[in-house]
Order: sequence, then C-alpha cells, then structure tokens
Amino acid sequence: MSTIEMTLAGFGGQGLLFAGKMMAYAGLIDGKEVSWMPSYGPEMRGGTASCSVVVSDTAIGSPIVTEPDVLIAMNRPSFLKFIDAVKPGGTVIIDSTMVEDRPERTDINFFAVPATDIAEENGLKGLANVILVSKLNKELGIVSDESLKAAVPKCVSLRHQDMLEYNKQALEIGAQQ
Amino acid sequence: MKGNEAMAESAIRAGCRFFFGYPITPQTEVSAYMSKVMPKIGGLFLQAESEVAAINMVYGASSAGARVMTSSSSPGISLKSEGVSYLCGSDLPAVFANVERGGPGLGSIQPSQSDYYQATRGLGHGDFHVLVYAPSTVQETADLIYMAFDKADEYRMPAMLLTDGMIGQMMEPVVLPDPIEKLPEKPWATNGTGMKRVHNISNSLYLDAQKLEDIVVNREKRYDKIRATEQKYEAYRTEDAEIVVVAFGASARISRNAVDAAREEGIKAGLFRPISLWPFPNDALLEIAKSARTFLSVEMNMGQMVDDIRLAIHDTRDVNFFGHTGGVIPQSSEVLACIQKLEAGEHVHMVPFHSRYTGGDQ
Repeated sequence: MSTIEMTLAGFGGQGLLFAGKMMAYAGLIDGKEVSWMPSYGPEMRGGTASCSVVVSDTAIGSPIVTEPDVLIAMNRPSFLKFIDAVKPGGTVIIDSTMVEDRPERTDINFFAVPATDIAEENGLKGLANVILVSKLNKELGIVSDESLKAAVPKCVSLRHQDMLEYNKQALEIGAQQ
Repeated sequence: MKGNEAMAESAIRAGCRFFFGYPITPQTEVSAYMSKVMPKIGGLFLQAESEVAAINMVYGASSAGARVMTSSSSPGISLKSEGVSYLCGSDLPAVFANVERGGPGLGSIQPSQSDYYQATRGLGHGDFHVLVYAPSTVQETADLIYMAFDKADEYRMPAMLLTDGMIGQMMEPVVLPDPIEKLPEKPWATNGTGMKRVHNISNSLYLDAQKLEDIVVNREKRYDKIRATEQKYEAYRTEDAEIVVVAFGASARISRNAVDAAREEGIKAGLFRPISLWPFPNDALLEIAKSARTFLSVEMNMGQMVDDIRLAIHDTRDVNFFGHTGGVIPQSSEVLACIQKLEAGEHVHMVPFHSRYTGGDQ
C-alpha cells in the first residue's frame, strides 16, 4: 500500500466522523502518515455528514478526497452522491439496512452489510459504524487489527469510556461479516 | 488534533491567557477550545458582542502587558482590521489568526487563500505591517502560533497566523511545544505605576505631523530589520530545479505531491514554500531564480502572490499562475498538468488577467 483514500458518509449521528477517526488513529499507531477531514458546511441534524481519511506511506497532500479508493455509505443520499466518484478497482461498503440500492458499476468491489440490523441484534445500537470499519479492514487490511483495537480508547471520549467494551465487540462482529 | 485545536492549545502553551472571540466558520473550534480550557487555567475566555469589540479588548489586554489572542475568518478579519491598525499605531503586540474562507463579502465557508493581499498589504489604514505566518500542516500551525507570540513581543507588533478552512478543520498527528516558562518583561505596559515610575501611555494619536512622521519612520526601521532577519521559507527539491512551484499553506502541500510526481517523470521541478508571507522570503527566491528557468505560483485565489514573486525575482523569469478560488481546492493532478505544460515550453495562465504579467505570448 502506498496511499489509501477513503470517504465515509451517512446521516449526521451515525458516527461516520468517529469511524473515520478510528481508521486515522489506527494508521497513526501503525506509523503511517494520516489525515482526517470532515465535510463542514451548513448541515443540519439528520442531514448528510461525511469525512475524508487518508492513510499513506508518504506525506499527504490534500486531505480532501475527491476520488476515493474506499467508500463507506450509511444512507441512500451518500451512496448516490459518491458511488460514481470511487476509483475503478475501489471498494464500496454499504449499510444495507439503510441503503436498498445496488451499484450498476461492475469495476468495483462491493459489499453489502446490514450493519444497523446486526448492531441492534447484538445489543450494540449505534455501533453500525464500527462494524463497517471492521469489515473494511478485514477486506483490505489497511491497518493492523491490533492498531484498530488500540485506536478505540483514543477515539472514545472520556465521558463515554463505558462504551469501550461495546466498541470492541462491534469490531469483532464486523470482522466476521 | 484538528488544526484549530492545535492552534488554541499551542497558544495557551505560549503563555496566552486572554482570548476574545466571536464565532465564525471555519474558525469556531479555536474559540470553543479556549472557552473550555481558559477558565481551568486561570485565563480568560470572553465571547465579545462583535468582532470590533473583540479586537479592542485585545488592545486593552495587550496594553496591560498580557499575552492575548483573537481569531476569526475572512469577513470577521475585515471587521477587526480597524483594531489591528490601532494596535500597530500604539506598538502593541498581539496574535490573531485568520482561518480563511472564500470571499469577497460573506463569500463561502470553504477553504481559501484569498486574503493574501489583505494580510500582506492592507490590514487597515496607515503605514504599517504585521508579521504573517502561513502553516501548511497541523504541526506547523502549533509551531508557528507559538513562535508568533515571541515575535510579536520582540518587535512590539501584531503577528498573524494566516491559515484556512482545510488546515483548520483537518486532523493530523501533532507534537505540541512545551509550556513556556518565562515571559518577556514589558516595561512599557500600562499596568500600574505602583507610585514608582512615570505612567505609561498606550496611544496612536499624534496631532503634530512632524512627530507622527518621526514615529512612523522609526517604526519602518524596525520593519527593515524584520525584512532582513525574519524571512522564513522551505525549499524542497529546488537545488537543480528548472521549474519552481511557489505555494504557501494548503496549496503548498498539494503542490508538493505534484512536484514529486513530476520528478518521477524526470521533470526537474521543485517547490518553494514561503512560511513568512510578510516579510516575504525575497532573498532566497532571488537566489533560486538564478538557476531556475520558470516559476509557477499555485494559490487558492486569483493569483495574489504573483506580485510578490515578481518583485522578489526582479522579473528576471516568467511567473505563471494556476489556482482555484471561492473554496474550490486545487488537485495535485492539475498542478502536475501545469508543470508538464511548462516543461513543454508553454506558458500557464489559468486566469487571463495574468497573461499580461508574463511578457510572453500575449
């Protein structure tokens, strides 16, 4: 791997920015160059939120990803907005609980994971984001599994430390998908 | 850490204990961070009723000898510019940050570098300059704001961090500087005489024209010293470069990738990155012009730095331009395409206005 550029997108509140931060932190622990950049704009609750994450062996130029190697889409507007931007040969993972569409493109690796349903079934409501990140890393091995685990306490805020175990469970479940 | 948060934390470590803010995207994290941390360390965070009020509170705190800061984004900096002129007129140190967004007017809230002229030329009325530093990474944001406090005190003038929505919003790894241990003495501060000295006055009004001229000329001598000693830059792969890209801040990190890609194709390209925009690193750029064939300015504006490059190299080489503005981010592939054109002997004038600068084919 030299450089992997990712776009993570969905509704505000689904935890895409958090999921992106996990990947960036894990890359940092692996000793890679990393950047994380949120889309910021006149957004509202329930609107779309996305972030760009770059994990690279070399210095990162623009942290804003326009042609991602990887797309994680957790709602339909995000899927429709970004699917055509994905590089040929890129990887697309959707939360198929939220997105019924399927790509017409055949030049990408596509995975549909009903992450929101899986999270609810396992008592991990709100952690579909982590399940999808874990699935992504299982498929592409962007960062080491240990680093992804180690990134969890770095990203979970102090007042949510009780969520650490749930996050780790979500990582394990994601890796089984 | 986010660039904006790294800026705030580093400012605190530099001894800043007063922050007067007013929220504006994409700068708000600076204020938010200060509001959280300042009360815990005995500092003051105050959200002013307006930008104009905030910069005048900066004036007050600076007069009293404190390390003080404010931050804003483009339209807010325009409002603060009156106060900046007064700070300069009273020889008061202060640090402020402009996390630029698209302009003019309310413009957009996306990253931009279109306040270059304002920062380096016209930040308010009167004969004055402010120190201007342009970080291109989160790490450099932390390093430069820390240094800005020292330089502001050393020269008794405002120092500005000119960054943008990209550098401010992005997260990158950062190593923060150690907290400062000893702050410089400020015998000029209006912090009470203790009945032991003549009282100090902080003032920018001189009704006697001759007196004002003397003061402005004296201040200019200080500026000359700064021009001679405070030019900061990074030269990357420029030793044997024929095509030298000149870019600062966010556009420099994009250009750096383009330079690397060009080198892989065997094109002798390099990157010159001004870190201090005022004083502009004239001397180093003039030296590079002796061996370079042509220059390409890459900016997130309509080519505002082109003037400074031309002045620095005494118009001895063509200065081409490529940029985006309004919040659109240049891609390194676009910059590479420009370098390839220059390698083929063509000119690059993305903006027709600049065609008159090249003396070339127009």
